[in-house]
Amino acid sequence: MAELAATPARTAPPRRRSRITAHEARTAVLFLLPSFLGFVAFMLFPIVASLGLSFTNWQLLSAPQFVGFSNYVRLLTTDPSFFTVLGNTLFFTVEYLVLNIVIALGLAVWISSLKRGQRWFRVIFFIPTFTPTIAVSVVWLLIFTPGGVVDYLFQTLSLAFPNMLLDGNLAMQAVIIVTLWANVGYNMVLFNAALDLVPQSYLEAAKIDGASAWDRFWKIRLPLISPTIFFGTVMTAITSLQVFDQIYVITRGGPGSSTATLGFAIYTNGFQNYQMGYASALAWVMFLIIMLLTGFQFWLQRKWVHYDS
Amino acid sequence: MTAKARAVRKPPYPLRARILDIVSHGGLALVALVFLFPFFWMVSNAVRGNNEVLAVPPRLLPNEYQWGNFLEAWLHLPFGRFFLNSFIVAGGVTAITVVVSCLAAYAFARLKFPGREGILVAYLGTLMIPQVMLVIPLFLIVSRIGWINTYQGMILPMAFSSFGAFLLRQFFLSIPRELEEAALIDGASRLRILVSIIVPLALPAIGLLALFTFIGQWNNFLWPLIVVNGLDYATLPLGLTMFQTQQGTAWNYIMAGAALSMIPGVVLAVVLQQVIYKGITLGSGFGGR
Repeated sequence: MAELAATPARTAPPRRRSRITAHEARTAVLFLLPSFLGFVAFMLFPIVASLGLSFTNWQLLSAPQFVGFSNYVRLLTTDPSFFTVLGNTLFFTVEYLVLNIVIALGLAVWISSLKRGQRWFRVIFFIPTFTPTIAVSVVWLLIFTPGGVVDYLFQTLSLAFPNMLLDGNLAMQAVIIVTLWANVGYNMVLFNAALDLVPQSYLEAAKIDGASAWDRFWKIRLPLISPTIFFGTVMTAITSLQVFDQIYVITRGGPGSSTATLGFAIYTNGFQNYQMGYASALAWVMFLIIMLLTGFQFWLQRKWVHYDS
Repeated sequence: MTAKARAVRKPPYPLRARILDIVSHGGLALVALVFLFPFFWMVSNAVRGNNEVLAVPPRLLPNEYQWGNFLEAWLHLPFGRFFLNSFIVAGGVTAITVVVSCLAAYAFARLKFPGREGILVAYLGTLMIPQVMLVIPLFLIVSRIGWINTYQGMILPMAFSSFGAFLLRQFFLSIPRELEEAALIDGASRLRILVSIIVPLALPAIGLLALFTFIGQWNNFLWPLIVVNGLDYATLPLGLTMFQTQQGTAWNYIMAGAALSMIPGVVLAVVLQQVIYKGITLGSGFGGR
């Protein structure tokens, strides 16, 4: 009986429905078309073209020739600068990432503990993230430049400290300082917002049970905001592997090649030496590293990130 | 325990807490002051003669204030032109991104069509692609069609990031379907529904997308560096790198230009601080730094 009743009811609507669906699909195509055409022209096609180019020796003016894996072989075996550049990039990323997260978290906790002025402290540290990295970099270039205010500071303190931009070991530290100043406010706001969402009742309860401020931080607040810290770490790692602007302005990869990063090497190979094929191969290496590092972080998160279960 | 006993016991604590409070506020204020030094140094050097910039010993404030440097930088260098170019490019990318993302997000969130999930995954998959990888083929495309040194060449390749469509889709999904059903039955078109029902409800998310797109493009350096040569189409970040000449660096003008380039970001960050704070909490991730 129930089956009999159900069958005609099921056969009738689908026809009407399929007409609606066809109409809906047509609307969907129209809605999606602008975005999709742009996506294909300026994202999908360039990605495929970049992969294709990385197997050619295209030098802009000559016709591209297929050269197989020789760009990749060259960067792994004969290019003397590749491993320097790779090392610089990883060095920058690791040191910057750790400092960024630690300082952003420290500031976020400090600000969230204040009784007043939270908003203003937050905005002060956030402002540089909304300004052009190039503008920030020229200002810091003036600060670090030989004979500039940093040199003067060390002189008056009678410290024999070399100029950071002229010293092969210190130039990267200068770049990291600038990058931290420019960007630490973003993760600070992110973490600060997450801290504000930790229920006060948890902290009150722990306090009544005699947990110290130290314990409340490490055992309650930190685990509760760990998904946000994870998110910030992943995003910051992806952008810092691509670092370019500050290096272009402050050091131009120097002194020597002590601050040449992958992003900078791709630019110089592609747009100054016009070795588009080789630069594309370098870009794919960068993409590979981004994916590997992100994958590694997702693997690592099981050990320290707490999600509500 | 009576209320009186509690009141007697309390006083020693507030005093200690108050001192700690003052120390904590004062300490962070000191950190903030040091943090703000580069801004101060930028403005202080923008309004002095170039021979005073690297004076020994350095002067915290200029001997002679030359506020006219800003006017000079704006009119003759020409940072006014760079400002206009930055504004056109950032505004153009933002306008296209918002319109295109709204349309696509509505299709993803509300309309059924074959291949929907596949396209969405393809969009998501490109979020990790480094910009420097795209600029090589993009440069070849743009130079092939003769768009070097044009606004369309600067705007269009940057205006179709898949992030906006994805972000707005998430937000549209949180809007109850019932709100559109009445309009659908009345025979309103999907476009009409999107414009008059969905967009007004999603304005906070759309506003954040517009804000972060505008700032991101205003600050963008790599693409203008590649697609522009000469002064006519240079944006502010590009213009700032052009004044280290053989005669020496015009530090005071560069600092004036840097200050000009920071104005929109600083104003937006201060005026919209609560909006940004709440938007970042939404956790949709406007690009980590």
